[in-house]
Amino acid sequence: MSLLTLKVNGKTHNVDVDPATPLLYVLSDDLELRGPKFGCGLGQCGACTVILKGAAVRSCITPVKAAVGSEITTLEGLGTPEKPHPIQQAFINEQAAQCGFCVNGVILTAKAFLDKHPQASEAEIQQALSGVLCRCFTHVRMYQAIQKYAKAVAR
Amino acid sequence: MTPDAVAALTRSGFSRRGFLKTSGALIVGFSIADRIAEAQGPGGAGGPSPGSPPINQVDSWIAIAADGSVTAYSGKEELGQGISTAQTQLVAEELSVPFHRVTLIYCDTAMTPDQAYTSGSQSHPANFNHGNLAQAGATAREALFKMASQQLGVPVDQLTAADGTISAKGDPSKTITYGQLVGGKKFNLTLDPKAKRKPPSEWTILGTPAQRPDIPEIVTGQFEFVHNVRVPGMLHGRVVRPPAAGATVMNVDEGSVAGMPGLVKVVVKKNFVGVVAEKPWQALQAAEKLKVTWTPGSGLANNGDFYDQLRNQKPTRDVLLTDSKDVEQKLGQAAAVVKATYQHPFQAHGSMGSSCAVADVQGDKATIWSPTQGVWYQRSTAAMVLGLKPENVRVIFRRGSGCYGLNAADTVTYDAALLSQAAGKPVRVQLTRKDELTSENYGNAFLMDERAGLDAQGNIIAWDHEAWSPTLGNRPGPGTPGNVITGSLVGFQPEAFTPRSPAPEPRGFNNNSNGIPSYAAALFDGVPKGAGKVRSARVLVHNIPSPFFTGPLRSPARFQNTFAHESFMDELASHAKADPVEYRLRHLSNERVIDVLKAAAKAANWDARPSPEPGMRKRGLATGRGVACVAYEGDNGYTGIVTEVEVDQDSGKIAVKRVFVAIDAGPISNPDGLKNQAEGGALQGMSRALLEEVTWDNQKVTSIDWRTYHTLPLGFPVPQLECVLLNRPNEEATGAGETAITVIAAAIGNAVFDATGARLRQIPFTPERVKAALSSRA
Repeated sequence: MSLLTLKVNGKTHNVDVDPATPLLYVLSDDLELRGPKFGCGLGQCGACTVILKGAAVRSCITPVKAAVGSEITTLEGLGTPEKPHPIQQAFINEQAAQCGFCVNGVILTAKAFLDKHPQASEAEIQQALSGVLCRCFTHVRMYQAIQKYAKAVAR
Repeated sequence: MTPDAVAALTRSGFSRRGFLKTSGALIVGFSIADRIAEAQGPGGAGGPSPGSPPINQVDSWIAIAADGSVTAYSGKEELGQGISTAQTQLVAEELSVPFHRVTLIYCDTAMTPDQAYTSGSQSHPANFNHGNLAQAGATAREALFKMASQQLGVPVDQLTAADGTISAKGDPSKTITYGQLVGGKKFNLTLDPKAKRKPPSEWTILGTPAQRPDIPEIVTGQFEFVHNVRVPGMLHGRVVRPPAAGATVMNVDEGSVAGMPGLVKVVVKKNFVGVVAEKPWQALQAAEKLKVTWTPGSGLANNGDFYDQLRNQKPTRDVLLTDSKDVEQKLGQAAAVVKATYQHPFQAHGSMGSSCAVADVQGDKATIWSPTQGVWYQRSTAAMVLGLKPENVRVIFRRGSGCYGLNAADTVTYDAALLSQAAGKPVRVQLTRKDELTSENYGNAFLMDERAGLDAQGNIIAWDHEAWSPTLGNRPGPGTPGNVITGSLVGFQPEAFTPRSPAPEPRGFNNNSNGIPSYAAALFDGVPKGAGKVRSARVLVHNIPSPFFTGPLRSPARFQNTFAHESFMDELASHAKADPVEYRLRHLSNERVIDVLKAAAKAANWDARPSPEPGMRKRGLATGRGVACVAYEGDNGYTGIVTEVEVDQDSGKIAVKRVFVAIDAGPISNPDGLKNQAEGGALQGMSRALLEEVTWDNQKVTSIDWRTYHTLPLGFPVPQLECVLLNRPNEEATGAGETAITVIAAAIGNAVFDATGARLRQIPFTPERVKAALSSRA
């Protein structure tokens, strides 16, 4: 066990954990955050996505020690039900969810990509989401939400 | 329920404070002690479970607080399909209160009525017609009007209700609120079958798109899934499943994990093995390191000739769904007989999040947070697994990852319960990806033979359908925990397989499995019950034991049978050189199927002509259109679908370019929710048709993650998707969630035939199979 300091959504947290622990477990169990989720533990589905150093990473295969010193943003860090981030608002407007388990990975992957590529085409956005799964297949609405957000970002 | 049990439930968290903490909602109307007293109502065979609030009492469904806020209780839960929003609309509509004033509480054995499972497109018909929640709302509304009439001295027919207030028409000074009439008190009323539902023509809340109240919390990471339930003192468990089919425990070497950080306990109960640790990562590491010696297992038959084995496996349990007794005779008289065989593999539910549950077993009491589709049956079977009295077990539904049927939700609930019982502390268990994909109950494999006789004009004069399907286990409730893996590992038997051949005569029309094609008249006592005109038909199903646990997967059997029927219908149309839509219409009698078929064709601007496309190219890219339709379960929803595909004949890849779905679910409750279900159903069915298949070697399942069990990711080119919603305000509410998925596989296969002249008869339509079909073209 080691005492580590994490910066999550603008706040500093001290945790005493095995430094090899995947970041996901620290976020969801030690810090009790509900955004990042365990889907596969293999980096294959995207449910555990967080934004680290501006990039969408799979927290289920990222050791917590690799996140020390960097700003970590989870879905909670973007906005709240009362004051959602524009991409979250776009998902509300389009009612782009069924069970909602995958939404974390979809929103954070799309946001991190559009932050870096605000002029991205539809095909490029699709490519960026190629490794994210949604088993309810809410794809149509999710793309509508992301495209509307992307258009607003590009302006 | 005994006074002891009441006290136990109270101790086990059934207090107002505990309820607030765990449900995030405030129970109103009357005290929880009253609700417990009511929960002593009778159960009985075929009815609600013992302990369920009586389903014939208004108070079991609706409570109104002094401030006029409404709490509704339902036994149909939110799985992501949107039914909680529609149920909230329903109660708000019947009681004339704003949507946001209704709090819906569903599926908690301490307070909601037992409505069996939330499954099979049954929630809309169960709660939106003439019983249960809808009728409780109508009865409550009439009671409120009678009370208001007495209080205000105004006849009922001179009263009107809006915003939770009843007032005299034309005299705004005479008003009284629901809170003033019944606030905090019981109705003490039996559901009145004569109470009038508000007609759809007067709806202002139902029938208009309602936003789902859970979505803002979901998209901001605030929503509590079962995965997020945290109980004070909670530990984390992991299970160690048999590595091969039929393997049993020989030895567990606890020393192999001795001293591991955070390890609390190794648990072994017959063939159930698990570990409990302080943190989930510690539990995972201990589970991986624990040395368990297993027997080699029973082995698995070759995956390669699986369908031949199905056809030849004995003994069978035979079911006859319809038999006009003249099929062979008609086939003998036919101008032409067409035959084809279709194959559908085992498929996984493959929930995005692996299944999770939290259990707190303390002595002879248990509180369980579970994503089960049936809290009451989870209660009775968890009690069996734990050796407790069912009345001492409380099961609280918490949403899991979308399940689409019997995923590992029930089995992981037993896992958590067993580990908590052994550890004496609350335990949370979330399965690994591999455990999820190997210990769920797979959707059934099917082998289906179709035969039809055509007359000289190409019209169908006889239809024969014979199917083989392997089964093992099923949903566990109310008394068969061995129907899922954990129950069987601790020694409970799955539902017994009872051979039976020949099948008895069918007792009446039951097309729950869609085994009977929509084109059959299916006469019973001379009365046509089917949706079609073909009077000569036989449908025979052989069930055989399965090597894997099986259970309902969204549109169980209906997906498989409809794939065969609707593909075969296309083969018959092609044989008759008829347009596939016109040919279907020629053989249909049910106007609701006819209407969805026509609506889908119209939306797609259907190009009426026989398939395949004249002048189709045999190389490179080819495009085509296909159609399919169904009377889901015979009479529980109607869908027509058209797809347009592009086939790369060199690679064998299919790209679905456009999809048009027409859907009829009776009176539309939430148009946006219905559309969401149709869209998701169509694309999920597309993934199943193109990619999904459970695989195995001679020992074990080999589709264990997202690299070996294939699904369409978000990055695939999503087809343009258009939905046509047919509103039927004067009909009964029907199922809505499983109709679009039922028809899409055939519509894609038919479009590939139209494009290329190659017929796909085996799901999934992998590039290899497409290429094989292309190379065997005439």
